[in-house]
Amino acid sequence: MEPIRRKRKKAYVEEKACVACGCCVKVCPTAAVSIWKGIMAKVDRSRCVGCGKCAAECPASVIAIREVEG
Amino acid sequence: MRAEKKWYDYLWIASAAYLILGFFNIMFAWLGLLCFFIPLLISVFKGNKGYCNRYCGRGQLFSLLGGRFGLSGKRDIPGWMKSRWFRYGFLIFFFVMFFQMLWTTWLVFAGASDLSQTVKLLWTVRLPWNWAYHGTLIHEGAAQFAFGFYSVMLTSTILGLVTMVLFKPRSWCVYCPMGTMTQLICRVKNKEK
Ligand code: SF4
Ligand code: SF4
Ligand code: SF4
Repeated sequence: MEPIRRKRKKAYVEEKACVACGCCVKVCPTAAVSIWKGIMAKVDRSRCVGCGKCAAECPASVIAIREVEG
Repeated sequence: MRAEKKWYDYLWIASAAYLILGFFNIMFAWLGLLCFFIPLLISVFKGNKGYCNRYCGRGQLFSLLGGRFGLSGKRDIPGWMKSRWFRYGFLIFFFVMFFQMLWTTWLVFAGASDLSQTVKLLWTVRLPWNWAYHGTLIHEGAAQFAFGFYSVMLTSTILGLVTMVLFKPRSWCVYCPMGTMTQLICRVKNKEK
């Protein structure tokens, strides 16, 4: 059988504009986001499942969900 | 999502109680200093935004009202509101108004002006608030500070509610002076190392 190849989605934070409020951390089902040194959110993309919850919650709307190959 | 809620997930109750208590006895406004010093101490000593990220009851209150209770339009906040200009500008404005409030308090302490039993909304409208004043054992200046501080807290809550309705639930966190200041402290502090 051919392996199923589909595009996966991942969260990307526009770090410069992040206010480090942590709203994204609270809603992530896989604990993929953390606030780095109180400055900005960072996504551990190996854990991110691309659900988009963080992007919906982010009050500054600085998280984008992008498709990645793989 | 975290499976179980921690004690600090209920701090929104404290924030709501704070606003309500101020209607009954203005001296409770002094408790609001906790929302000033705790975030600052956490950022200065621990170098993180633990207050915003965990304990802030006000942020939780907006999440709850805007999220669970559906009072938010859930639209994107306009670009200028998340710009550095606006965020730091608002922080400076907030500080200026804060020092003006301290000055008014000082005048009452010094006996140069009388206690004003009012709450000033949005830095402009004075609302009579005398029903919440039952005298003070300390000095009328302490009561003046309470009125002033409560004005700051109520004003910021109103701004937060307006932006919650217009934009996303926690839009206030984008331009919250405490949030901006703690992030700034973390930036400076973590650069040193
Ligand atoms: S919710 Fe948005 S602004 Fe807040 S920490 Fe996460 S990415 Fe940054
Ligand atoms: S997209 Fe989903 S899994 Fe990925 S960081 Fe955001 S909330 Fe977490
Ligand atoms: S930004 Fe302000 S309101 Fe939001 S969590 Fe931090 S201190 Fe609370």
